Amino acid sequence: METVIKVENLTRRFGDFVAVDHINFEVHKGEIVGYLGPNGSGKTTTIRMLLGLLAPSEGQATVLGYDVFKQSEEVRMRVGYMSQKFAIYDDLTTLENLTFYGGVYGITDKARIQHTLELVGLKGHEYTLTRDMSTGWRQRLSLGIALVHEPKLLFLDEPTSGVDPTARREFWDLIYELAEGGVTILVTTHYMDEAEYCERVGVMRDGKLLAMDTPTALKRTIIQGDVWEVYAHPLERGLDLLAGVAGVDRVGLAGDHLRVITRARADADGGVRPEALQSLLTEAGLGVEKIERGEPSLEDVFLSLAK
Amino acid sequence: MTDYLVNATHLKKSFGANQAVDDISLQVKAGEIYGLVGSDGAGKTTTMRLLVGALRPDAGEITVCGYDVLKQVDNVRAQVGYLSQRFSLYEDLTVLENIRFFAEVRGLSQKEWLPRSMEILEFVGLGNFKDRRAGQLSGGMKQKLGLASALVTRPRLLLLDEPTTGVDPVTRQDFWQLVIKLVSAPALSGVEAQAPQRPSTADFAKSASSSAQDGVSVIISTPYMDEASRCHRVGFMKLGRIIAEDTPSNLRARLAERVLELRGDPINTLRHIAHHDGDVEDVAAFGDKLHLRVKEGRARAVIERLTGVIAAEGATLLELRLVPPTLEDVFIALSER
Repeated sequence: METVIKVENLTRRFGDFVAVDHINFEVHKGEIVGYLGPNGSGKTTTIRMLLGLLAPSEGQATVLGYDVFKQSEEVRMRVGYMSQKFAIYDDLTTLENLTFYGGVYGITDKARIQHTLELVGLKGHEYTLTRDMSTGWRQRLSLGIALVHEPKLLFLDEPTSGVDPTARREFWDLIYELAEGGVTILVTTHYMDEAEYCERVGVMRDGKLLAMDTPTALKRTIIQGDVWEVYAHPLERGLDLLAGVAGVDRVGLAGDHLRVITRARADADGGVRPEALQSLLTEAGLGVEKIERGEPSLEDVFLSLAK
Repeated sequence: MTDYLVNATHLKKSFGANQAVDDISLQVKAGEIYGLVGSDGAGKTTTMRLLVGALRPDAGEITVCGYDVLKQVDNVRAQVGYLSQRFSLYEDLTVLENIRFFAEVRGLSQKEWLPRSMEILEFVGLGNFKDRRAGQLSGGMKQKLGLASALVTRPRLLLLDEPTTGVDPVTRQDFWQLVIKLVSAPALSGVEAQAPQRPSTADFAKSASSSAQDGVSVIISTPYMDEASRCHRVGFMKLGRIIAEDTPSNLRARLAERVLELRGDPINTLRHIAHHDGDVEDVAAFGDKLHLRVKEGRARAVIERLTGVIAAEGATLLELRLVPPTLEDVFIALSER
């Protein structure tokens, strides 16, 4: 497998503050990798180093075989970057925006611009003013702008924030097509809905890369117990009672019910059976409507790692 | 009088040619968390502004806490707390001074707002930060201060317009725990009397509701499904309409036994195979797995058939099983109608 990003012991300090703390990872050609973490966790600092905009304090990184610090021009010619905050000119049309940004990269080939329009599904909307377009369409245009110079690696910064699941799905279908065509994609986000779409997800916190794996593997390895959705009333009392049960890792309020995560599976040593939760609550005088098995989410993974 | 805290019927609002809200009716009960879920531009914010009387509808009627929003807007506002997407705090003022400002604007005297503020600050976890300048708070703490300011008038209805946009998962989790505690304030019943006391939270949540039985009601807007799943009831919004409304469990039940998760290798081959199955309505890629939506009653048949086809094509099947549908699956299925 061709390695597109290789990061070794990458570290960046700002004074005493360690923004990125000895991180290591590799991304292969055609992969879609998510980089998940709260604001200030070191996501953006990492990306800035990968783009050669910021020198590391320690460690090294190569992108597409080029050293990002010594050959940053080579890197930047071959990567695309799409951000929510990216400037689309509102009073220009779709085509004018693309032509303008193409020009920034020295692309004047009309066929290339047309091809990009088709690729992101904006054919037929060449002459629409971008201010008249929905958020979903504007995101496609932003993607088109990031793709006009046919990059081999694409950085996406919260690409689908603020759109509904339908628009998000359509956008991701485009991304999967690009990846199938050999483009490598790195997505930074703090939204679980977005991270779920990535093939592998890295979790950043306080400058450290805490884990990187497929969403399925993260859920299995980090959440080693069961998830129970407990419908009991009153909720707050249930919260207190369940939090005190040995073997319960975490209890949270989830709207009209409680979400319980145990340390071990029900049939394993130290596991908690739903019947035990049921009788505990009933004996304390709470009404228990039902207890259902839940699926671990990436949010559960994140909260477990963040502890 | 109705049993509903919010009762809006056939609301319409257009801005020029844009029909922002197109015949929306919604009812919210006391103690309920209602989620307006949809993309930017779906009409969520406009709906909220209509509910608080900040905008006049072109058609329709709204009562909030029994008051007619069109005729008794001052009575309505006295009952409502509103946290907008871009709420403003005075960065040079301390936490407590910010709350004081919001309280005095709403006509509360110091005798009223001071003890109440301390209670609220304890509740949101800012009790130790009352003298810190707002500008020196983290993003999550600013959010909590915003919530505290919206609560100082002891509203019966709290409107939260995308309150967790741009906030990290841990902070979001904290924020939601507060919102849920606020509404789940137990009635002053015998059960509650025996409950282990967590004074600040329980006392505040109790006093926050104007009558002993009712918790605060919350209407919250969000484009995110993980947030939607925390609401008691959800209205899916698209193009100014509510296309479906129910509890998260009932919405998921609409697709019960109809969503399969497929994992294996190579994923693109699996996707093509699934697409060609006559009983598969939709194939969605989710990172390292696929979600297949199958026709009603066909899950078993699809599992058997695909297992055979995948083996025959020489691809690897790691897992193919029925999974509980997500709200995302449901929203997409509904949008296709």
